[in-house]
Amino acid sequence: MTRDRRTAPLILVVEDYDDAREMYVEYLTFTGFRVESATNGVEAIEMTQRLKPDLVLMDLALPKLDGWEATRRLKSDRATAHIPVIALTGHALAGHAERAREAGCDSFITKPCVPDELVSEINRVLEGRHAAGAADGAESSSAGKRRSRR
Amino acid sequence: MAVRAVSTPGGRRLPDGPTAAERQVALLEFLLGSLDQVGSARRVVDWLVETGASPRAAALLVDHANHQLVIIAERGLPGITDLTIDLRQEQHPFVRALSSLGPVSLAREPQLRLVLGDGRMQALPLRAHQDGQALGLLLVASSTRALPSAVAWSADRLSEQLYRIRSRETLAETQYGHERLLLFNIINAVSDPVLLTDLEGQVLIANSLAEKLLVAPDDASEGWRRAVALNSMLFSAALTASTISESGGRRELLLVDPLEGSDLVYELLSTLVHQKRQGSYVVSVLRDVTDLARARVEIDESYRTLRLAQAKVREERHRLDLIIDSVADPILVTDADGGIVLLNAPAEKMFAPAHDSTESAARRVRANGANLTSFVGTLLASGTQDRFAGELTLTDPATGAVVPFEAIAGTILSDQGELMWVVTILHDLTEAIEKARLYEQLKRASIELEEKVHEATAELAEQNELLRRQHIALEQASSLKSQFLANMSHEFRTPLNAILGYTHMTLQGVAGELSPGQRRNLTRIDSNARHLLGLINDILDITRIEAGRMPLTMSTFALGDLIREVLLEMEPIIARRPQLEVVLDIKRSLPRLRTDRQKVKQIVLNLLSNSVKFTEEGGIYIRAAYDARSRMALVTVRDTGIGIAPESQSHVFEDFRQLDSSPSRAHGGTGLGLSICRRLAQMLDGGITLDSQVGVGSSFTLRIPVKPRRR
Repeated sequence: MTRDRRTAPLILVVEDYDDAREMYVEYLTFTGFRVESATNGVEAIEMTQRLKPDLVLMDLALPKLDGWEATRRLKSDRATAHIPVIALTGHALAGHAERAREAGCDSFITKPCVPDELVSEINRVLEGRHAAGAADGAESSSAGKRRSRR
Repeated sequence: MAVRAVSTPGGRRLPDGPTAAERQVALLEFLLGSLDQVGSARRVVDWLVETGASPRAAALLVDHANHQLVIIAERGLPGITDLTIDLRQEQHPFVRALSSLGPVSLAREPQLRLVLGDGRMQALPLRAHQDGQALGLLLVASSTRALPSAVAWSADRLSEQLYRIRSRETLAETQYGHERLLLFNIINAVSDPVLLTDLEGQVLIANSLAEKLLVAPDDASEGWRRAVALNSMLFSAALTASTISESGGRRELLLVDPLEGSDLVYELLSTLVHQKRQGSYVVSVLRDVTDLARARVEIDESYRTLRLAQAKVREERHRLDLIIDSVADPILVTDADGGIVLLNAPAEKMFAPAHDSTESAARRVRANGANLTSFVGTLLASGTQDRFAGELTLTDPATGAVVPFEAIAGTILSDQGELMWVVTILHDLTEAIEKARLYEQLKRASIELEEKVHEATAELAEQNELLRRQHIALEQASSLKSQFLANMSHEFRTPLNAILGYTHMTLQGVAGELSPGQRRNLTRIDSNARHLLGLINDILDITRIEAGRMPLTMSTFALGDLIREVLLEMEPIIARRPQLEVVLDIKRSLPRLRTDRQKVKQIVLNLLSNSVKFTEEGGIYIRAAYDARSRMALVTVRDTGIGIAPESQSHVFEDFRQLDSSPSRAHGGTGLGLSICRRLAQMLDGGITLDSQVGVGSSFTLRIPVKPRRR
């Protein structure tokens, strides 16, 4: 759990629900990541373009600009297209995951997602990126038995 | 013997007695008026005795036919009353006297004494001429040789008289012979055999044709004779039979032609003729009916042929009648005058009065007849047409019902083109009209029905539209419900996410070390939050399945791996029951499955967690096998848990069911798990079955096709 504060991967948490955002930020920081946060899609794009985080944790239901559209824009921007995006949603309906994949998300996590699981998924995506240079949405599971889709 | 009183015919008695001259005149008168030899001779004998010229006298006449000399008159000579002498007794004194020229004294010969008595007698031959044959003898008594002149005178007179009478008789006889010849020629000229026979059939007279049949000439052949004998016999027999009938009955007689030997058929007509003097005779005429017989045979033959032909015609006619009668339509044949010649049984019903018909029936029959006549009249008036169709309304004589008929009439003409008959066939239109009426009704009904169908269709379309709209509305509602539930679950999850996250973080010591009490409490918060999350997820699954928004994602995988994965995930829970034995049995025969892996995993997980939940001790036995017959993969999860009562087994798959409300707290769960499992299994074309016994355990079996079925 000890990482160099300066070299640790930068995670951008995009979440409009304060309790959840702050919880993830706290836990990810506790885990050893560098963490920045945004509360809506517009902010998320601006911060991503500016900060070039190693990974974006993107809630899909966002005010101003929703997570799908924000992801699409990031993925269509050469400067940000390489940044993996993990979609995070409370909606378990099938359409959400599909749309997320279409938008360009690298992985998909259904809330509720306990911090531990979130961390292991982030690590998996980052490792995959580093190892293969290609994002491959691996599974993430919880006691709730929800599962991301390929 | 009368001595005096001899009356002369037409003579008169003189009161003073006649003189000799007067007596002579009287005799002459008598003789002139008589043509009878016997009477004349007697008169002369009487005259001799009465005038005293000879006290005794007799007269004998020659019967040439019988060669006899017969006494015909005598006075005073009773011995010769019945004397008849054969002329061939030439030595007899009387016969000799006949040939003498003058009177002959009869010698006292013994044979004459008996006849003439004792007195002297002379015989005077009676002849008209000196050279003529004596016609008789006159015997007179004479005491002397010389005879009184009165005797000679009377002898002369008698001779003349006899001659005169004989001459007349000869003439008459000649005439008779002539007639007889003529008659014979006549009967010979008759083309039929004619016979006169006695009663026994002995032929007396026969014409030549009859002779030919019944008399054989001397030089005839044996066959001829025999034929003649046969014919005579047949004829006699026929005659005997025939004469019995007396009135000259006719009968057939079969004879043989003596020359040809062929059969001759005669009709025998016999008439019995009675004659006082000659007795009874039979006159027979044989009429040759041979040709007639032949003709009759031919006629018989013709007649038989005719009869056969007639029988055939009758049979034909009978057959025709049967055929015509079997036609249900009335058929009539009328002649040119409109008279009915022939009708079949159905026509009889309409046109012929039944013998027991009532007055009204008879009237109807007449009316029908008049109708028909008028119809036929119309046909005939139409002229050249030989077919005519029309309609005719008749009345059933029996019931009085009006029957409409279609009438078709045709004429039959003779070779000369004259109208002979009109054949009319009537067809009862009642049924046709009824059919037409029914058809019309049917058509109307059909149109009505069609209209109704149209209406109904329109209504249905309207209702369909309504339903469609309702369906859309329902779908929208359903969709809204699903959306709502999805949203709700999202809304539930967001705070739950925070609760779980913070609890987790706190338990991990993010915010510093925890006291054992804090840790226990936080653990309870965590467990309840997770339970709440399970509830939310189950509700979401049911919603998705019901909304049809649970897509299948097919992949190929090994079922064994999947089960091991599930066990791995369940490890922490299983670990809490250290006394629980978990045994895994995966058959090698199990092929890889192609189905929705995630769904299968969800089901297996659910079944396993259920077993763990309800089994305090004992074991959980997982078995995966392949049923080749149904091509299904079977996953059986058997436990030694509390079991399920039979009456409850059918309820375990229902929504929101947990068998006992009290253990639900102890065991947790929404009661939706098995319901979801069964729905998911059905989505995969499979199913879940249960076998359980209270206190022994439960066994759930999931069946999933190894390959998706073609849809």
